[in-house]
Amino acid sequence: MPKDNTIKKVLVIGSGPIVIGQAAEFDYSGTQAVEAIKSEGIEVVLVNSNPATIMTDRGMAHHTYIEPLTAEFVEKVIAKERPDSIIAGMGGQTGLNLSCELYDKGILQKYGVRVIGTSIESIKEGEDRDSFKRLMEKTNQPIVESEIVTNIEDGVAFAEKIGYPVIIRPAYTLGGTGGGIAENEDQLREILAQGLHLSRVGQVLIERSIKGWKEIEFEVMRDGAGNCITVCSMENVDPVGVHTGDSIVVAPAQTLADHEYQMLRKAAIDIIDSIKIEGGCNVQFALDPKSFNYAVIEINPRVSRSSALASKATGYPIAKVAAKIALGYRLDEIKNAVTKKTYACFEPAIDYVVCKIPKWPFDKFKTAKRNLGTKMMATGEVMAIGNNFESALLKGVRSLEIGQYTLERKYSHSKTLAELKKRVAVPDDERLFDLAELLRRGYRIDMVCELTGMDKFFVKKIKNIVDMEEELKQMSFDDLDEETLRRYKKMGFSDKGMADIIGVKPPEIYKLRVKYGIIPVYKMVDTCAGEFEAVTPYYYSTYDKEDEVVVSSNKKVIVIGSGPIRIGQGIEFDYCSVHSVLALKRAGVETIIINNNPETVSTDFDTSDKLYFEPLTEEDVLNIVEKERPDGLILQFGGQTAIKLAKFLREMNIPILGTKPEQIDAAEDREKFDEILEKLNIKRPKGKAVWSVKEGIEAAAGLGYPVLVRPSYVLGGQGMEITYNEPQITKYLEEAFAKDSKNPVLIDRYLLGREIEVDAICDGEDILIPGIMEHLERAGVHSGDSISIYPPQHISEEIKAQIVDETRRISIALKVVGMINIQFIDYHGELNIIEVNPRSSRTVPYISKVTGVPIIDIATKVMLGAKLKDLGYGSGICKEPDKVCIKVPIFSTEKLPQVEVSLGPEMRSTGEILGVGKTLKRALYKGFIAAGTVVPRKNGTALVTIKPHDLPDFLPIAQKLEKLGYRFLATDGTAKYMEENGISHVKVVRKISEGVPNVLDIIRSGVVDLIINTPNKGNRAASDGFKIRRTAAECSIVLMTSLDTANALVDVMDSDITTDSVDVIALEDIK
Amino acid sequence: MSEKTVKAELILENGMRFDGRAFGYIKETVGEVVFNTAMTGYEELLTDPSYAGQIVVMTYPLIGNYGINLDDMESDGPKLKGFVVREKCDYPSNFRCEMDLDDFLKQNKITGIEGVDTRAITRTLRNVGTMRGIITLRGADLTESQIKRKFESLNNKNVIRDVTIKEKYEIPGAGKHIAFVDLGTKKGIIKGFVQRGCRLTVFPAFTSAEEILSVNPDAVFLSNGPGDPKDVPEVIEMVKAVIGKKPLIGVCMGNQLINLALGGDTKKMKFGHHGGNHPVKDLKTGRVYITSQNHEYVVCDLPEGVEAAFVNINDDTIEGIRHKTLPIFSVQFHPEACPGPLDSGFLFDRFLEVIERGNENA
Repeated sequence: MPKDNTIKKVLVIGSGPIVIGQAAEFDYSGTQAVEAIKSEGIEVVLVNSNPATIMTDRGMAHHTYIEPLTAEFVEKVIAKERPDSIIAGMGGQTGLNLSCELYDKGILQKYGVRVIGTSIESIKEGEDRDSFKRLMEKTNQPIVESEIVTNIEDGVAFAEKIGYPVIIRPAYTLGGTGGGIAENEDQLREILAQGLHLSRVGQVLIERSIKGWKEIEFEVMRDGAGNCITVCSMENVDPVGVHTGDSIVVAPAQTLADHEYQMLRKAAIDIIDSIKIEGGCNVQFALDPKSFNYAVIEINPRVSRSSALASKATGYPIAKVAAKIALGYRLDEIKNAVTKKTYACFEPAIDYVVCKIPKWPFDKFKTAKRNLGTKMMATGEVMAIGNNFESALLKGVRSLEIGQYTLERKYSHSKTLAELKKRVAVPDDERLFDLAELLRRGYRIDMVCELTGMDKFFVKKIKNIVDMEEELKQMSFDDLDEETLRRYKKMGFSDKGMADIIGVKPPEIYKLRVKYGIIPVYKMVDTCAGEFEAVTPYYYSTYDKEDEVVVSSNKKVIVIGSGPIRIGQGIEFDYCSVHSVLALKRAGVETIIINNNPETVSTDFDTSDKLYFEPLTEEDVLNIVEKERPDGLILQFGGQTAIKLAKFLREMNIPILGTKPEQIDAAEDREKFDEILEKLNIKRPKGKAVWSVKEGIEAAAGLGYPVLVRPSYVLGGQGMEITYNEPQITKYLEEAFAKDSKNPVLIDRYLLGREIEVDAICDGEDILIPGIMEHLERAGVHSGDSISIYPPQHISEEIKAQIVDETRRISIALKVVGMINIQFIDYHGELNIIEVNPRSSRTVPYISKVTGVPIIDIATKVMLGAKLKDLGYGSGICKEPDKVCIKVPIFSTEKLPQVEVSLGPEMRSTGEILGVGKTLKRALYKGFIAAGTVVPRKNGTALVTIKPHDLPDFLPIAQKLEKLGYRFLATDGTAKYMEENGISHVKVVRKISEGVPNVLDIIRSGVVDLIINTPNKGNRAASDGFKIRRTAAECSIVLMTSLDTANALVDVMDSDITTDSVDVIALEDIK
Repeated sequence: MSEKTVKAELILENGMRFDGRAFGYIKETVGEVVFNTAMTGYEELLTDPSYAGQIVVMTYPLIGNYGINLDDMESDGPKLKGFVVREKCDYPSNFRCEMDLDDFLKQNKITGIEGVDTRAITRTLRNVGTMRGIITLRGADLTESQIKRKFESLNNKNVIRDVTIKEKYEIPGAGKHIAFVDLGTKKGIIKGFVQRGCRLTVFPAFTSAEEILSVNPDAVFLSNGPGDPKDVPEVIEMVKAVIGKKPLIGVCMGNQLINLALGGDTKKMKFGHHGGNHPVKDLKTGRVYITSQNHEYVVCDLPEGVEAAFVNINDDTIEGIRHKTLPIFSVQFHPEACPGPLDSGFLFDRFLEVIERGNENA
């Protein structure tokens, strides 16, 4: 069955913004799919609301719509573009649900669009809980006893029947949102209420708990002719009960005998064959560790996080092959891109161990409940490859960037045996280290297995590492003979990890290694365990004899990737790394990427000329540099992960392209930077570092309230607060110094002005600013969490000119070559600078797309020595388009229990979407829709609780809402103020402490259309405001915590814009 | 690392040496070195008699993870000459685990070597082809001439004789009666027939045609087995004598012997097929199956009247043959799996179809 030639134009739906449970893996798979379809000469129409992706680049698809992922908007795209086919499984759960909706609503039929690849009927058989159950019965596959319920009482009755604990899984939600394990009826009622609410179809599955069973996954492919293969098996180190996205996962499965392995493999194939999957599918099993009993947990008839991991773990491009199958090809007609000789119809043989470790956001969300369960909480992941389990695990641990180079963690070390025993029984993000500590103290392996449910195989491997760490503690530096050092390196120990234990500096270990000739070699990931010659230059390090890398004498550059996705460092940086590689390739330079994130496009084996899948630590990067001897390294696109290597690389005399490390340091060092601004006569908010409460109070009085306070030692806005008066700052300082008296607190004058951001390219002499972005929210909201508007709507020409001038002078003074990101505040016509980052920022993909300026391409060329004047985009500021493009942040806070929801100085968003319109209001309308914010109806009810300081600013919003026919529910202070100021229809609601029904009951009752709550002080789980915000988020009620956002929303409500009245706009048409 | 660690070396015919540590039965050994890419199923491999005379290199680095159990053995014990792994597991974990790998090899007098760069060995064998090798504890003490003599001493001509059964035996059953010629069979094949109700009379490899035909079977089956099919002309003669008299079916070595008996040929492959991921296409239906394989030799020059039934899509080698008129049908791969994918288990039914109705459905 060769290609189906009736397919001429295919619609691909992306997965939308990055949220927990749906991250960069879908940019990777979507990009692969688009390229695979394009390579067959077929036209591609792409819809995805996420502007930070590679797939939504100009020139990727033929027609790109960065539009809301709703059936209404996609219908508009279909009506305009008239594709003949749609491929459903490339955009994660979002894309799959949307495809089903388009099908159910008859939209596909109306426009004659056929579904290629796995059919909607097949998808539904696997996805809908009820039909899944029937399917399993039909194929004789065991499942866990379960029942679908649509109300709480039925759920409780079923649980009584099968016995607690029970697992709750809502249908059609991402990453298990709204699910959980209930040990008793009270817990069941709580989880069930939320699950029923979040499920798109109001269905929730309740099942018997099989806690302690092994969790095994298979990635399976099937073509239209019925040929089936399994790409990879994966085994979760954490047993069933922890979401696979939150588990440490190894590939291939390690503890299954062939008998069990083939039993599950056959089951996976039988299932996908019976529902006639045409493409890829993920099948998850639970396997009793004490018998051959197993149960099918779920199937995902689409590409997934696991399929991305399996692709990277094996070199088998699942998304690409799935796309080709959708076009009609059979597996035995698709070439294996790795060997170029064999075909996609085979099963990869792995000759290494892959370990995936999740990256959790708890460092950013201090208040979060860290217990892991069936709801995914990780924002990203790292993957590591080694030829033993220990080295893969240790490489993975150091890739996480949590300051761990060994398994010994201070926090765990401080706990008693009893505490540790209790802690490991409940999975959380630190369990690996707690478990290691238990083993370190001689706790029995089999008891650890019993407490954790982990297989003895894994626990023993962890014990091996712990034993070696302990052995090392007994050694002095002189004891490290060649044999010993080699043994440690083979087991994956890092120089730094060993140095820390022995009490020397890492370079000492490095020098010793060099002396003994203990340097890593690189092995290839080739899909076939060396059986065939492979052409993919995809490598990982080991300490073996034979090295497989062929080092060329070409001009070459290493691009350092950005590691795992986390809050504040997302897919945007991968976008930049990939574009830099593409620019280098066009310039005829050999490209090398080092990165450790399996979800990304940058780690696709054919993105760069060579891919090293390695940790991004000083040692691991240096090893590759010494191997490859590149002409330079590019750090600007890898976020802080790459930038923090700058100092070390400079010390090692390794050439860095673009802005020099000392200049990066000057921008990051407050004092040095202040000096530069002073010299340039550029204004910044006045500030002071203080060492005592008294000094702080004096400083604040001198600066004038409000002031911005933050500890000096943290980055990313953590612990930052705005204080309005002396009692507030006193409290803040007392707490801050009680926690840490060795570091100063920084106090800055807080300017409540308009925030402005620019990304510029500088060649050392001249600058290019593709566009100036204005933030909708005033200063005080982290720039990553603000709605960004381009072109700016409220900035005068004078200020714009001043921005260009100051950007030029700062860039030149800092000797920037490449990217710079600057944030300003326009405070009553006075321009102040608040932050400078001498690197690419998270707004680069967005601004590149809406301005059409290939920023990374230009910046990369500049870094290679080109001058802006020769690159065809001129200098200064680019022309503004006639459309308004806004970037709206997306939060995943509803997925993280007990996390603060409000906007503030700490960044909390995980992703972003784009809204494009002829006017700001139209763009905002789309932006809100794309962000999943239902624009509230007129004549509704608003719940308002506003902090006293904000009340005057709130009044005009209340008046507008009143005009829109709104009735208000307000807490007493807010209500009193509103009534005094002539707002009618205000009803006072009870605070939480004032009995039932209180404000939370009212939110849960569903009578509220809109909640406006401005927080006094975030991150206090006990406060009423915090609980109101959490409840709103969990009940998916529109919540505004910034008056600026609220005002914009109310303006949109007032504007009468509807989905019918806005057009979809192709990216190509934004000029 | 324990004090018991014994340094060992794998020396290949081309002079390459790989350092490691000895395990299992600590004694020098020589054999033909082949690599296997299966990620599970080391126990079935160890006990597959087709590896007689060979030193097997596992490409998957962690071997022994789930230990050894008596149920998964494919014969009464390992017949191979040596076992090469990157890392053996001393702490296996599985509910059926009865022994660990080290003890199992020790008990069965099989020399193992661990801690070697198995990928480098694999790449060497891929590039150079299958070679002889020595696992030695003597290191540099072993002189060039000693090595040469060692290699010359390796004679795998009698491997089938070494692994076949001594006496014929019967397995009762109500279904088809199959004369099962054991050339070093895996238990899985016997199980495949028994599960389908067949009655088996299992014969030693070197049984005459007369004796086989004397039990008046419904068909003659030729099993897998080690070595070069041309080393057992007696068996080829036996097969020749059966052609036309009884339906003939076979697996692996059986496939090769049938082709030779029909007048076709076999040849030695560069490094063979050893693993559980080989895609094989059924030329009749176009369907592709992932199969378990273990062979150094392959059929070629199919004689008049014989056609290819299956082909390997990686290298186009013939993976199964069918006679155009007579009920003769055999495959090169292992439908019994053990280890490997269960995808082609239906072939046992197809064998029975051939016996029943001729090779229409083969």
